[in-house]
Amino acid sequence: MKGGGADDFRDSFFEECEELLEAMHDGFDQIANETHDSETIHAVFRAVHSIKGGAGAFGLDGLVGFAHHFETALEKVRSGEIEADYEVLELFKHCGDHLSDLVAAARDDEEVAQETAAALGEKLNEVIGFDPSEAEELPDFEPTTLDFGMLDLSAPPLPAGYVIAFTAHPELFGSGNEPLLLFRSLEKLGTLDVTCDSSEVPPLEELDPATCLLSWTLRIETEVDEVTLEEVFEFVEDCCEITITALEPAEGAEPYSLPDLGAEESVPFPEPPAETPDIAEDGDAPAGASEDSGDLGANHGEASADAAPPPAKAPAKQVKDTKEPKEKQEKQRGGGATIRVDLERVDKLINLVGELVIKEAMLSQSIAVLDLPSENDVSTGLESLKQLAGEIQEGVMAIRAQPVKPMFQRMARIVREAASATGKRVHFVTRGEYTEVDKTVIERLVDPLTHMIRNAVDHGLEDTETRIANGKNPEGTVILSAAHRSGRVVIDVSDDGGGINRPRVLEIARDKGLVAEDAELQPSEIDNLLFMPGFSSKAEVSELSGRGVGLDVARSEIQALGGRVAITSTAGEGTTFAISLPLTLAVMEGMVIDVAGQTMVVPITAIQETLQPRTVAIHRIGAQGRVLKNRDSLVPIVDLGASFQFRDEPEDLGDQVLLLIETENDRRCALIVDNIQDQRQVVIKSLETNYRRIDGIAAATILGDGRIALIIDPDSIVRDVSIPSDPTMQLMR
Amino acid sequence: MSDLAEPKTRLEQEVVAFRVADQDFCFDIMSVREIRGWTATTVLPHAQSYVKGVINLRGSVVPVVDLSARLGLGVTDPGPRHVIIITVVQSQTIGILAEVVSDIITVQEDDIQPVPDIVADTVKSFISGVVIVNGEMIRKLDLSRVLPAASVEF
Repeated sequence: MKGGGADDFRDSFFEECEELLEAMHDGFDQIANETHDSETIHAVFRAVHSIKGGAGAFGLDGLVGFAHHFETALEKVRSGEIEADYEVLELFKHCGDHLSDLVAAARDDEEVAQETAAALGEKLNEVIGFDPSEAEELPDFEPTTLDFGMLDLSAPPLPAGYVIAFTAHPELFGSGNEPLLLFRSLEKLGTLDVTCDSSEVPPLEELDPATCLLSWTLRIETEVDEVTLEEVFEFVEDCCEITITALEPAEGAEPYSLPDLGAEESVPFPEPPAETPDIAEDGDAPAGASEDSGDLGANHGEASADAAPPPAKAPAKQVKDTKEPKEKQEKQRGGGATIRVDLERVDKLINLVGELVIKEAMLSQSIAVLDLPSENDVSTGLESLKQLAGEIQEGVMAIRAQPVKPMFQRMARIVREAASATGKRVHFVTRGEYTEVDKTVIERLVDPLTHMIRNAVDHGLEDTETRIANGKNPEGTVILSAAHRSGRVVIDVSDDGGGINRPRVLEIARDKGLVAEDAELQPSEIDNLLFMPGFSSKAEVSELSGRGVGLDVARSEIQALGGRVAITSTAGEGTTFAISLPLTLAVMEGMVIDVAGQTMVVPITAIQETLQPRTVAIHRIGAQGRVLKNRDSLVPIVDLGASFQFRDEPEDLGDQVLLLIETENDRRCALIVDNIQDQRQVVIKSLETNYRRIDGIAAATILGDGRIALIIDPDSIVRDVSIPSDPTMQLMR
Repeated sequence: MSDLAEPKTRLEQEVVAFRVADQDFCFDIMSVREIRGWTATTVLPHAQSYVKGVINLRGSVVPVVDLSARLGLGVTDPGPRHVIIITVVQSQTIGILAEVVSDIITVQEDDIQPVPDIVADTVKSFISGVVIVNGEMIRKLDLSRVLPAASVEF
């Protein structure tokens, strides 16, 4: 079970690390917000400790070394020796970040710069008042280890051996276990005498070789304790009955001799690495040795953080210890156990449910044609089917949804890094972290959100002196919140900084030729200048957020997800970026339109308004171009039918409808469509799977009648429109 | 020795035979997923003349190729009697518009003859060989050449 499953173990270890790191950060947040209790620091300690233990089992030396150092410092806080004040907490958070880095690096087999660990290590030493040259300090963090040897000295003399009754369940082989290997491990612990009871085994013709009907009586003469014996059976304890009975101690048996060595041999995992040099150097020889045995215990995750329990109870304690934080997390999430499912399976399910909904709509149409009397069985049955299908669809969509919490935690780190790079003190607050959003949306939101968070710390918040001068709290606040609002997710990034310096923004925009010299802009229009490509407002380009790519990139990434960004800013009080996103990428709110006999869909997010051609002023520019005047700007008009080569552009726009659409960079365009049918949620289908990308088309969808309708891509349509040069157009670009 | 080797080299193949523009064609049955009646397609903008549009195949968007137009034998005006043969070629699902599916035939690999030289090059490039069955000549299609995506340069 070591061989083939090793990768699985590794995977689940890293998965567990993610959870543990999350728990650790949670703990720090609670301490920072003073919502913690005595259990919090224990939870943090356990998280770090479990990571160390697991890492040891996989021979991840660097990780073990740093985790150990970190754990030592945490222990000082836990025991109340030092106070977890602001500085200490900040350091711990940085250490937590570094621990995450180490875990990620170990997972991806990458190298991590040693300097960070060394620097943090030094700081940790400072905090805990630990001088590496003073070896006497070492026993102080001894309570973290469970030393069987030490315990055994005070315990009654060990029995000379044990009798183990081992009855396997029939499915023992099915779980990949092999009793022979267990017996071999036992053999290493002492003199072993095995008796096999095969009375349950049926005649050969009835025998199923995959079931195990044997039981064994194992008599072992050994000096190790019961716990060590139980460990051998650790992996099979669910599929067998084990009773361990101690034999009477033999006369003159040595009560204690090198239990460490025995324990070492019983370890079913690969041998743990030697202690990392910086720690090993710290201790003198005996202390180092006892620490080693402690670490062996840690590899099983059982070196209990609390006072050492009696040996016999150790396994029970171990179970309790590891389960406790998990249960807590689950309680917080409001859910039970989770399973991992291949995304492809979920997507297939989503497709099928989409199909079910369409079939149901088609059936409704056919029944409507039959002209049945109202209140007939078919219609009522169909109605409840419709409801069920809707609920299934919602449920399936929810599978892809995940809480934004892990992403928010990543942002907490961005804030810390940005804060230390700019020398500002920042209080980071997250709200609504259990808001659920489609997995893909979350993944693709990380980059733009990172940018906005950095921007808030770097540009949004004033420096400490200015804040004090303005009578504000020297510590700036950045709030990241998420909430569901009318079928969309709204994520706000707000700071309590000085607000947007509008005269300065306007000046820069004019200098860079982004706005005409004499243009009069509304405050909100000035704010939106921040999103213009090539706009960077800070006088000196900072290493942090002034990388030439500005908020415009962040915004186009959000728009690619079907989202929008809005800014509100109040001078002296702060700035808020509000990001509004669809809940999922699998469905979209669309307007169903007719163009030249074809049914098409326009994403609602792009549509600003619909206009009757008769009621607006349409101007011709040249032979082909037509523009329409809307809110003091000229908007080019595009006939969708003509741009898709379905027809020639109509001369007279009598009966058509104009859709005013807005896309990236505030570019606008009016689309001529024949008719607006409906507004509804549509399921997004890829065209590229079986065909290829089409200019001006984003994807396809299936309508209620089972036919495919194409979803237009407003961005690519607007991009293809050449804008006539007109002075007032400059403003809108 | 040669007798023993014989069955291995004489590979059999099942093909679906169908009619397009009064000519018989066939391809390997393993590429065929199903055969459906004609359903109206959704027209694709900027598409080649032989791409009839896309249909909904249980939730997948599947393009339909007018094989007659693809081979330069004239554009088909599809009606309810036409069929769409759903094929999977190079992991893409494509519908092939045909007049009628005539038969499923077992052919010996040896019986597939090379395309005679008289055939004009454009058509020849879509045909990998010909088989004579009951005195009728059936053209074996090279499906990968028919794919619309692969033929952007045409």
